[in-house]
Amino acid sequence: MQTQSRLSRLALSVLAALFIAGCSSTATEPVDQQEPVEQAPEVVAPEVVEVVSDFAEDDTTPVDESGQPISRTFYFEYDKAILNPSDLATLEVHAQILVRNSDRSVVVQGHCDERGTREYNLALGERRAAAISSFLRSAGVGSRQIEVVSYGEERPQNPAHNSGAWAENRRAVLEYR
Amino acid sequence: MSYSTDFVSASSAFLRPSAQLFAQLSGLKRSLINYLGLVCLLLSFAPSIQAASSLDTIIIDRGVDEPIRISIVPFAAPESLSDEANLANIVAFDLARSGQFDPLASENMLSYPSTRQAVFFRDWRILKSAYLVIGRAQPLPERDKVFVEFELYDVAAERLLESRDFTIDRSQWRDVGHKIADLVYAKITGVQGAFSTKILYVLAKDAGSRDARFQLEVADADGARARTLYSSSEPILSASWSPDGKRVAYVSFETGRPSIILQDIDGPYRERLTNFKGINSSPVFSPDGKSLAMVLSRGGDPEIFVMNIASRKLRRITRHHGIDTEPSWSPDGKSIVFTSDRGGRPQIYQVELATNFLERLTFIGDYNARARLLPDGKHLVFVHRRNGVFHIAWQDLEKDSLLVLTATDLDESPSLAPNGAMLMYATQDQGRGILAVVSIDGRVKYRLPSSAGDVREPAWSPFLPDVLSAN
Repeated sequence: MQTQSRLSRLALSVLAALFIAGCSSTATEPVDQQEPVEQAPEVVAPEVVEVVSDFAEDDTTPVDESGQPISRTFYFEYDKAILNPSDLATLEVHAQILVRNSDRSVVVQGHCDERGTREYNLALGERRAAAISSFLRSAGVGSRQIEVVSYGEERPQNPAHNSGAWAENRRAVLEYR
Repeated sequence: MSYSTDFVSASSAFLRPSAQLFAQLSGLKRSLINYLGLVCLLLSFAPSIQAASSLDTIIIDRGVDEPIRISIVPFAAPESLSDEANLANIVAFDLARSGQFDPLASENMLSYPSTRQAVFFRDWRILKSAYLVIGRAQPLPERDKVFVEFELYDVAAERLLESRDFTIDRSQWRDVGHKIADLVYAKITGVQGAFSTKILYVLAKDAGSRDARFQLEVADADGARARTLYSSSEPILSASWSPDGKRVAYVSFETGRPSIILQDIDGPYRERLTNFKGINSSPVFSPDGKSLAMVLSRGGDPEIFVMNIASRKLRRITRHHGIDTEPSWSPDGKSIVFTSDRGGRPQIYQVELATNFLERLTFIGDYNARARLLPDGKHLVFVHRRNGVFHIAWQDLEKDSLLVLTATDLDESPSLAPNGAMLMYATQDQGRGILAVVSIDGRVKYRLPSSAGDVREPAWSPFLPDVLSAN
């Protein structure tokens, strides 16, 4: 899958080069007068529309230079909304992708574990998502590209009631649109 | 201990179940007692009307030390009504749940009078029954109507304390049962009964999975007759009753973000009241029903607002960069209590609306949240963390004394009965979300699990308009 993605990137660059070359040649050389073939459009279509993408084929999974999906989930300490320093490099990559793709936007979902009241956790989840949003904006992402939505404790990643599940549930998730 | 065994058999006897059902009940009782170490267990059954998703009710604590002994004689009814007419059962179960009453098992009664002439007070004195309730049900010529009457006697004084009659539809057995329980409770304790009230709660099925389903449910206060008001694949929370009991405000994520919904309990009206950027949550009706306190974070951080429902005008109440959330009104409507972490940790504050005078109310512990004032305005219930465990606590605002009411963990969302005698809250039992009730002195407890999923976010209704026509 990842190899395929990398190959397709290479192929796209080659195709782009060919396309430019192709344009100049078709203008001067005579074209064979052929009867239109029914299947013809299928063959030519991919060459014209594709550009180098920061996203996998589903168009929502961000990928790095080597085509690897970039982590979109960031975890937090109990009752805290402070970014983990080890996440900053990954967030920087997200920021670059959003800067390069200013037509794209991201929803930052904030989540909590089940401890504490639901409404307070809604606020805490927003604070977590806002910490991510603030980092992205400071890295040059337009505020219009970011929406913050807190789910509080309502959408656990792991519905179990133990410290392992709680750690999984204290998170912010980037959903690209 | 005699209380518990007596009452389990009482409920069964009122039902007059088949031998098989009785065996099932006894087996269930034993297994639960063995497993949970319950002091007392009682199951409510009303076969004709109980919906599949209704809550079960299990009494787990025997309540006050000397509950009042009362005898509720099975109501006399012709054969044609016998399936539905387990009125005595409904009344006895209501009174037992209050923890203040110990209804006598019908099989231990010496006679089953249904009229004053048939009552021999000496029999009831021998049984140490302080009070006696008798009654009758009779079908009326008018289709589907039933005439119900009851009398409450003081056994020692041999005196009639209360009598009332009703003409009901056949669908109103539970309504009239709860009504009789209210009247008996009020006459004997002097406190208005809250058995005819209802509860709202959220039923979550497959929570935590992609197929999660969230339902806003309304049911009788004992968990019976549940029905769905709104169902969604997105979360629902923070339901709140309008003071007239006709509408509910709640938070729905149906648009992909939280928004506040206003909806009829019994009618077609449903409207999305707010859908601002950020948090739209924690709606609570003012005591006069004209305004909703709510939390909006459209300015960047959550703040308390008050919306005039008619004009939709918003007034901002708090102004702080910290978290301000979970508003609720003082009974006089003049102030709002809320949760804020402006002091570093979540604590309860109170703000006077006329003056913006702000006061911190809680100082014990480092996590106090989701407060509700009692009807007297002088006591507070809230979620209190102690040693990392979340309980429901009660605080006397004048004496600053704090009492932890619950012993379980992850207890949240306390909601007071309108008479202030009990509160319902959400907790967990063996990994499942259940509702539970505790008396305001912490001595009486019962729980309401659901076999349909996790139940949470209870909201106890105000006193509701009488649905019965007294004759």
